[in-house]
Amino acid sequence: MNRKLYNKFLDKSFTILGLVATLIGLVVLSALLIDVFTDGMGRLSWQFLMSYPSRRPEEAGILSAWVGTVWVMILTGLIAFPIGVMAGIYLEEYEKKTWFSNIIEINIANLAGVPSIIYGLLGLGLFVRVLALERSVLSGAATLAILVLPIIILSTREALRAVPFSIREASYALGATRWQTIRSQVLPAAMPGVLTGAILAMSRAIGETAPLITIGALTYVAFLPTSPISSEFPYISFQGIFDAFTVLPIQIFNWVSRPQKGFFTDAAAGIIVLLMITFIMNGIAVWLRYRYQKKIRW
Amino acid sequence: METAFKVKNLKAYYGPKEALKDVSFDILKKTVTAIIGPSGCGKSTFIRCLNRMNDLVLGFNVKGEILYDGKNIYSKDIDVIDIRRQIGMVFQKPNPFPKSIYENVVYGLRIQGINRKETLDNVVEESLRKAAIWEEVKDRLHTSALQLSGGQQQRLCIARAIATEPEVILFDEPCSALDPIATAKIEDLITALKQEYTVVIVTHNMQQAARVSEYTGFFMMGELVEFDATQKIFTTPSNKMTEDYITGRFG
Amino acid sequence: MRKRYQWIKEKLIEGALFASALFSIFVTAGIIGVLFFETYEFFKEVSILDFLTDTQWTPLFTDKHFGILPLFAGTFLTTAIAILVALPIGLVSAIYLSEYASDRARNTVKPALEILAAVPTVVYGYFALLFVTPILQRFIPDLSGFNALSPGIVMGIMIIPIIASLSEDAMHAVPMGLREGAYALGAAKFQVATRVVVPAAFSGIAASFILGISRAVGETMVVAIAAGQQPRLTLNPLVPLETVTAYIVQVSLGDTPTGTIEYKTIFAAGMGLFTVTFVLNIVSYWLKKRFREVYE
Repeated sequence: MNRKLYNKFLDKSFTILGLVATLIGLVVLSALLIDVFTDGMGRLSWQFLMSYPSRRPEEAGILSAWVGTVWVMILTGLIAFPIGVMAGIYLEEYEKKTWFSNIIEINIANLAGVPSIIYGLLGLGLFVRVLALERSVLSGAATLAILVLPIIILSTREALRAVPFSIREASYALGATRWQTIRSQVLPAAMPGVLTGAILAMSRAIGETAPLITIGALTYVAFLPTSPISSEFPYISFQGIFDAFTVLPIQIFNWVSRPQKGFFTDAAAGIIVLLMITFIMNGIAVWLRYRYQKKIRW
Repeated sequence: METAFKVKNLKAYYGPKEALKDVSFDILKKTVTAIIGPSGCGKSTFIRCLNRMNDLVLGFNVKGEILYDGKNIYSKDIDVIDIRRQIGMVFQKPNPFPKSIYENVVYGLRIQGINRKETLDNVVEESLRKAAIWEEVKDRLHTSALQLSGGQQQRLCIARAIATEPEVILFDEPCSALDPIATAKIEDLITALKQEYTVVIVTHNMQQAARVSEYTGFFMMGELVEFDATQKIFTTPSNKMTEDYITGRFG
Repeated sequence: MRKRYQWIKEKLIEGALFASALFSIFVTAGIIGVLFFETYEFFKEVSILDFLTDTQWTPLFTDKHFGILPLFAGTFLTTAIAILVALPIGLVSAIYLSEYASDRARNTVKPALEILAAVPTVVYGYFALLFVTPILQRFIPDLSGFNALSPGIVMGIMIIPIIASLSEDAMHAVPMGLREGAYALGAAKFQVATRVVVPAAFSGIAASFILGISRAVGETMVVAIAAGQQPRLTLNPLVPLETVTAYIVQVSLGDTPTGTIEYKTIFAAGMGLFTVTFVLNIVSYWLKKRFREVYE
């Protein structure tokens, strides 16, 4: 009898302990959000979004930072998405179980765990120095693309794996080739999953700071990359990808590192913008996953 | 009658495991041939050899020959794509693509590069009629195939197989996921299809084999125990094991 | 003719896909190549013995010392604090989610925890420096503005979702039959969880711990912002220090010309960092694989 009571007590108290442990993260997250919003909300304004950084905290803004972020993100996606999805397709649909495929698999699992700053060193050594791309948008984007590649590959594979084998069978039985089967049946069915992974990868890239600092992205930038649209023939310019840049998280880091209190407020305001972008992207990804999970029932 | 398939000393392996042991018999054109036997006897493995679907299984390989129109479908100079276009297949569970009814039927043509709208429209109507589902779906050809009932989906899969004008249609336990009414419809359809097509059907349901087929092969533990006219198999089998199975003493 | 064309197309596509998959190998090769090359150059000027045993790290001063120990001590200390926070909380949370919580609660909480992982690390750095440190200073007056304690705790909280989520996956995969056996003997949930489920899922849980450690070792922005930039061979969590990652950031922020010894030091430091995380990742991968082979 005693023992039974003891067991009951044990379970009850562990339930409470477990709930507390699980909620700690969320409590801290709330504290973080409240802290940042009370610090930075007052600073958020049109002027803040449209101004270059300045020596005076109350005049400083994030124009060059968010424009740089947009540039780098677009380019990162253009590089990482095709390579990642193609690699995912190969590993899931073509790979035969050999020692080599095993190595590729371990390799990608390992790359997913390599600290981001190491990718920065790779970018510095390879893109900035050897390929002489300097501290350009392209160097930054290439570095981040390599960083998020494992995420895209792994999520692509997962999405492909979720497509039932019977769909592939049906297609092959009609005389489709492997690529026809993938392109017209498997990939469309897996697309929501692939896109979810890609968006999550981009939301990770948007917050990355260390690798871009390592390749030497500037922390004080009072100009924008050359506009892609020009008034002269051929009206389109790729010069921008070779220009120097900064991004939102670096701008925030720069302000946090200053001794003046006024810059902390700027940092908080910048963080609000960064968090909003991150959360919106995550929200889209979750929504996409949810919607298609409901829609397609095999 | 002409033979469609001449199976000669067929042996099949999954890795080191032997799934078919020296199977030999003929399948005649424009007849329904049923393959029966207890689960794990190799009947599914066998039917999947006929259109080389087993190629998709890692570690699978065969010895022996399957002659189709006089040519060994496992010989090196045969294109497996051609084989599968001539030999259609319907699976255990209905497996329509998550697309419209229309796109399901025309898929086999599209991958051959046929995209002319009139041709496709005609093929869709003709195939769906042959599969006895036209009346039920003609007003919603462009809605998702996943909204159809299980029986309708299976008939759609039959229409999809017919659309590429195969000579043979293989059925791998086509009714195992269906209710009795849907099953009856599919069985009627199979009986009608033999006018134009060679049909091979794997089933674990002996009554079904008796109802739809003219020839029956009984498989056990990877061996073809007996092959004969269906009527003979079900009335006076020559092998003791066949008799035991037919009369329900095991399996 | 058409067939020939199709065959060629299939092969070309397969080749392109294969090349993409192969690309990941080149990335690893690139990382190792770059790190190795620059580290080799570094060791032409500095002896390995000094690198591993000297207790001072002052490459940016006139009196240069190249002992990596202070940086590794910094990394070790912040990681240890993070793990002390994350490990018990993550494990308790995982047990709770796997054994006690309803499916509905689990399906709400797990995605909510993912939000924690989505917050950029620079934000955690801000939080550690300007929120956590001031609060801690109220209780520990000796605490410096830059210290190992605050970023360590914040990193720990960052890592909780990794440990909780992956451990929960492992516990969830333990077959019901094992639990039923214990329940049939009249055990409490808590006993079943700690004596049956946790041991059965041990390699999966261990894999999540090691992954958590690897994350803490490689974490950069939190420590770069909140731990300071003073390489110091100490295990005192109250004073400023510098981690391997923070040092790389510090040098990168300055304008260091290629080929100088300062430039090479970050690659040598990076090589050390890469080696440590590489070993941890491989061990974690291997443990996870072993766990899968047993239960899935």
